[in-house]
Amino acid sequence: MNVLYILWLRQIKRYLRSRARIIGSLGQPILFLFALGFGLGPMFQKGGGGSYLDFLAPGVIAMSILFTAIFSGIEMIWDRQFGFLKETFVAPVPRLTIMVGRTLGGATVATLQGFIVFLITLIAGFRPDSWSLLPLAFLCMFLIALTFTALGTAIASSMEDMQGFQLIMNFLVMPLFFLSGALFPLDNLPSILAILVRIDPLSYGVDALRFSLIGVGHWPIGMSLGILSGCLVLFMLVGSWLFSRIEL
Amino acid sequence: MPTDAIITAQDLTKKFGDFTAVNGISFEVPRGEIFAFLGPNGAGKTTTIKMLTTLLHPTSGQLTIAGVDPVKDQAGARRTFGIVFQDPSLDDELTAVENLELHGVLYGVAGSIRRKRIDELLGYVDLADRRDDLVKHFSGGMKRRLEIARSLIHHPQILFLDEPTVGLDPQTRNKLWEYIRKLNSEEGMTVFLTTHYMEEAAKIAGRVAIMDHGRLIAQGTSDQLIEQTKTANLEDAFLALTGDALRDEDASNADHMRMAQKMWRPGRR
Ligand SMILES: Nc1ncnc2c1ncn2[C@@H]1O[C@H](COP(=O)(O)OP(=O)(O)OP(=O)(O)O)[C@@H](O)[C@H]1O
Ligand SMILES: [Mg+2]
Repeated sequence: MNVLYILWLRQIKRYLRSRARIIGSLGQPILFLFALGFGLGPMFQKGGGGSYLDFLAPGVIAMSILFTAIFSGIEMIWDRQFGFLKETFVAPVPRLTIMVGRTLGGATVATLQGFIVFLITLIAGFRPDSWSLLPLAFLCMFLIALTFTALGTAIASSMEDMQGFQLIMNFLVMPLFFLSGALFPLDNLPSILAILVRIDPLSYGVDALRFSLIGVGHWPIGMSLGILSGCLVLFMLVGSWLFSRIEL
Repeated sequence: MPTDAIITAQDLTKKFGDFTAVNGISFEVPRGEIFAFLGPNGAGKTTTIKMLTTLLHPTSGQLTIAGVDPVKDQAGARRTFGIVFQDPSLDDELTAVENLELHGVLYGVAGSIRRKRIDELLGYVDLADRRDDLVKHFSGGMKRRLEIARSLIHHPQILFLDEPTVGLDPQTRNKLWEYIRKLNSEEGMTVFLTTHYMEEAAKIAGRVAIMDHGRLIAQGTSDQLIEQTKTANLEDAFLALTGDALRDEDASNADHMRMAQKMWRPGRR
């Protein structure tokens, strides 16, 4: 068996064993989908935007991936506090391998979570525009998951305990989500908002996912995926540097 | 000086900011010996072990373990030792076997050998019937035994044990030391341990070193130390050498926290 595989498998097992976490983290996307999807739907339609549920579904999927991914990365702080990180750090395995294994595991978990939310959107009445683009949608989901697991891991590498968690939720994760265009169309935005949206890496993930699910995108999908990949590489580089500096 | 030293430290120093936790210590551990590293709380024992085991970079000084410099060749050094940390380091959400499997894979122990050793070791530490239980349901003693089993899967030349018997009942402690002694005599495994139980150290260790405030203040067999201090046993020799002032006043915050954790969550931390 391979080191990357066993580290990946550990994350998957931990995820599958925490039913409460899986179910708990579905509450938020369901609420968004039903309250916003059905609540704002009539207005959105009247404004000529088409079905708001269709528009919203990719955004809510991206949201659940974002939250799960960041959390999977941040979870490393617990490994640090419960001591498991030491066990991996004294093993004859490069730190980079450990980080990549963790990131792949966390990203798979986040993608699974996104897939479950995708199924829920189907129940809510959402239908993808073209089923043949579904593999592309899953690719987008995995890329979003990887990027933000890497970001979460990078953040966790420079935190000693969970005290900064609220700070990160309120000043990083929430803005990433709300400024991403997950909830609103990107046309004719006030200029400050338009700038913020462009800075937010998640915007490109949401847009690529929306294109692959409902066939409408604000930017060319190649560009979106390119920018997202660039962010992934950046987060991995910064993350591996921070991770390699951890002393226990 | 012993000729075949498996661990050597020369002027080893570790500073945290402007606090010197380990202050220019030198020692050698001969291959195949049980070596006890003793000292009051905050003496620098764990910090020394962390430097030997590549978790901390020394501020200065030279180290070799099993012929490898752990600063220059981390992976090479890591292959040579197993370690039981002072604080727990298992994954509570995995089962006993899964924890051992993960360790075996990290150390590149091939599949069939890995499974065989895991079965043997689980039997050895009396956990065979709990192999598929989640570690979070284990008692403190069971977790400790599992950590010891885990540290041996890759057949290390050196075993580091940082206060392995904290929070264990006398039965488990005796059994554990018996097992360590057996590994030492039958496999020739070098054992580097710390403990606050002086009788244990006197019974099991060939040589002891006593550390205080980051410095080594005495080394030798426990008989030599007893003779040197003209005391009746190792505990009295230890007190004679280190004085009886409590270490709390100069211990840093982190130390207090760890001690508080130990007190409030016996067996867990
Ligand atoms: N990461 C750290 N940052 C700052 N100070 C530290 C750090 N780690 C240890 N220290 C300090 O270094 C000193 C030695 O700590 P160490 O853990 O090595 O002691 P020890 O001999 O193992 O004690 P104990 O018997 O309580 O386990 C203590 O004063 C401790 O507070
Ligand atoms: Mg210690």
